[in-house]
Amino acid sequence: MSTATASSPSSSRTTLRNTVIRLAGNSQDGIQSIGGFLARLAGRTAQEVMTYMTIPSTISGGPSIFQVHLGSGEVLSAGDESDVLVAFYQHSYDDHLNSLRQGGICFYDSGEVTELKQERGIHHIGIPFTAATVEAIGGSAKDRGKNLFVLGMLCSVFHLDKEKLVGIISKQFGKKDESVLRNALLAFDAGFGYSVGDVEQFALAPGEATDDGHRISTDGNQMLTMGLLAGGVRYGAAYPITPWSSIMETLRSELPKFGGIYVQAEDELSAVCMTIGAAFAGHLAITGSAGPGLSLKMEALSYASMAELPLIVVNVQRGGPSTGLPTNVEQSDLMQAIYGSHGDCPRIVLAPKDVEDCFYIAFEACQLARKYSCPVIILSDQALSSRIEAFHEPDLDKYWLEPELDISPRGEDFKPYPLDKITRHAPPGSKIASGKYPIVTGLEHDEWGHPSGSPKMHTAMTAKRREKLVKLAEELPAPAIHGDQEGDVLLVGWGSTFGPIKESTDRLRAEGHKVGAIHIRHLHPLPGGVEAILKRFKHVAVVEMNDSGLYGYGQLAMLMRARYALPHIQSVCKTDGLAYRIREIVTAVEKILAA
Amino acid sequence: MSTATTAVSTTAAAPADKLTKKMLTADHPTWCPGCGDFAVLNIFYRVLEKLQYPQEKIVCVAGIGCSSRFPYFMNTHGIHFIHGRALPLATGVSLSRPDVHVFVFGGDGDGFSIGGNHLNHAARKNIKLTYVIMDNFVYGLTKNQTSPTTPVGRKSKTDPTGSIDRPINPMKQLLATGATFIGRTHAAQVKHMEAMFERAILHDGFSVVECLSECVMFYPGAFDDSTPRKGGNFETIDETQHDVTDDVAAFKLADNLAPGKFGVFYQVKRPTKNALEQKWIDDTQAKLGGASQKDILRKRFEAMR
Repeated sequence: MSTATASSPSSSRTTLRNTVIRLAGNSQDGIQSIGGFLARLAGRTAQEVMTYMTIPSTISGGPSIFQVHLGSGEVLSAGDESDVLVAFYQHSYDDHLNSLRQGGICFYDSGEVTELKQERGIHHIGIPFTAATVEAIGGSAKDRGKNLFVLGMLCSVFHLDKEKLVGIISKQFGKKDESVLRNALLAFDAGFGYSVGDVEQFALAPGEATDDGHRISTDGNQMLTMGLLAGGVRYGAAYPITPWSSIMETLRSELPKFGGIYVQAEDELSAVCMTIGAAFAGHLAITGSAGPGLSLKMEALSYASMAELPLIVVNVQRGGPSTGLPTNVEQSDLMQAIYGSHGDCPRIVLAPKDVEDCFYIAFEACQLARKYSCPVIILSDQALSSRIEAFHEPDLDKYWLEPELDISPRGEDFKPYPLDKITRHAPPGSKIASGKYPIVTGLEHDEWGHPSGSPKMHTAMTAKRREKLVKLAEELPAPAIHGDQEGDVLLVGWGSTFGPIKESTDRLRAEGHKVGAIHIRHLHPLPGGVEAILKRFKHVAVVEMNDSGLYGYGQLAMLMRARYALPHIQSVCKTDGLAYRIREIVTAVEKILAA
Repeated sequence: MSTATTAVSTTAAAPADKLTKKMLTADHPTWCPGCGDFAVLNIFYRVLEKLQYPQEKIVCVAGIGCSSRFPYFMNTHGIHFIHGRALPLATGVSLSRPDVHVFVFGGDGDGFSIGGNHLNHAARKNIKLTYVIMDNFVYGLTKNQTSPTTPVGRKSKTDPTGSIDRPINPMKQLLATGATFIGRTHAAQVKHMEAMFERAILHDGFSVVECLSECVMFYPGAFDDSTPRKGGNFETIDETQHDVTDDVAAFKLADNLAPGKFGVFYQVKRPTKNALEQKWIDDTQAKLGGASQKDILRKRFEAMR
């Protein structure tokens, strides 16, 4: 039992507003599923949650963690350090004790972890997870179910809503054999009933989230897929790659319900080309991948810009270059998204800021692809793809686009590439009144789609393709400023760093600095109105998870310096393949302020 | 019509115009005088006139190469795509638009080299479309480099002392990867070509016709050995002797393609991917009891609560 040497944890006597629990084990121990249960529970009890997980990129398993940040107020990051560590093995203990805050609590499997380090006032509580689980379930269960034992224990320690949690477990296991659910609940009850000693009075404050509408909890890849379905996507093709695959898996199994088809293609090139085929056929279609796959798709993406076909492309970014770090997070594909293809080929680039926003950004991508008839790239990332958050269910009455195939007859004046208008293709099946059928092409062309090498035509058509984006930039709203509206430093972020940047801003303001933050969801084109905001601050720090490169600027910082020619734009970059911690951002900004 | 979308379409009442060669003709071909591809184009017009598909339902797809300029010369819906990827593009059209007829045109470089892997997979999946490969044994558009069907020993700008790489055997490749209609014809034999095209188009599945089509500029005389007026022998497959459903026999028949035989090597019925996907859609939707698409998505969200 507890071997605490420091003063007993005072926080355990009070009600907690926030707690960070890190579960460390091996990937086959099912710690992801406990994390999932906790996250879903948070969704049902109006609490906020953000999870963070690592999985080994090998199939046979290996060390894995799942971190859950539960809170009754706003939860913006997965937590810099944990309050509670659950260590399944000695190696889990050794590798993750450092993540535990001073005076934190470590539950460990006393059958596995034998060498303890008495440091920083950490409370150690040894419980025989494995032995107790085997005892509870009996028979030949071995150690399967110890994750549920731990879940039961955590439920008791944090006074979580047992009834709801059991409901969630039953829903999950109820689909399987009856004995599976019985064993799961036996293990859960054994953990719940286990006496863990002096931390039993922990209680998590009830959630504060307002209760208008339903709350759901899920990961970014799921929400992105839901946004695509709501936005009217019914066709596409892709090739499996981490961390993109779960989007294509969901599309493959969901689309038949909607009468659509998602194709597993033989390679990345075929995937994007099949998708362009569906777009040419008159549908809104989507392909996606991670960095290496995007590299392979670039030639066809250039075609889609030239041929002016609507197309949605998702890049769930991971660590690069090359195969890089397949299960880590990085934001190093921004330049590729904007400029990665040959030639001047304008396309729209968007990035969701959190799991909930994956839905809305995917929905917006559907609207923009149709409106501007060009490729729209969504830059998600590995952190968003797998972490679970809880939020309000989107209102489908507001966010729903009926998929429509327009093969109505086209008038005498129909041209596929009119210079004075945005292209609206007439897909196969449309009768053309003039009797002149259109051709969609990758060669530079005239207004009818026929090849043209005329210098004037190339200039005019290049402008036609570019002006769509210029127009879009004018229509986009300026990003809202969080915190001070003018002052010492403006933090600029994009993608999954939204939460950590916001929390860092709050912390820096609490320290007395005048700090604001903007988050760029529309990366290309950049919205009008950004320049004016940049000018209201003494320093601008663009926070990115990519390399500051040869010239000292990360990818968005480089673009913003080129776009606005403002010398006070600086970079805060890192390349460790991990999500930003609050203190990393705070320290970097303090350095800028001190200079 | 695809069930995924609400189609805004014409009323079917108005009688369609009779499809004529004149209606189908577009730009004058950019091919060199004497190019075999002219004959292919003319026969394709003729077959379409015979089949009388509605003009707006005909889709011509091509990649890159001389022969891949084909869609510009057809007054139908068309798309000129990128090198080697005409088949994946056409797959996207075919699967998402069961109401249109998809035709793919290209050369040996596009089909067997840069797009070689797509040929294997389109065949394996049995995508419903017709693919005409105008094989001239050389890269013409880029002016005389070795192609994947160039015979060993033939000199080109990339093989100045003669090609050393074994050429592809198109018939055997198509047999091995599961194409359900495999034909071989010759641009100088228009009657034969017409019969092959018509049979390929009427086949319900992935149908491929390899059509030897001479490049008069960079490989003149390539097909003299199968051109009777140049002293060659145009030998057709006798289908009373060859069982077109026998893949082993077809494989043996393809042993020597210099100049080899012409006709249907292989034809079998196998469900198309188009049909199999539609069956999955139908089975899935049957279980949903006519729920609206929005309600189907709402159910997904309910499961996340």
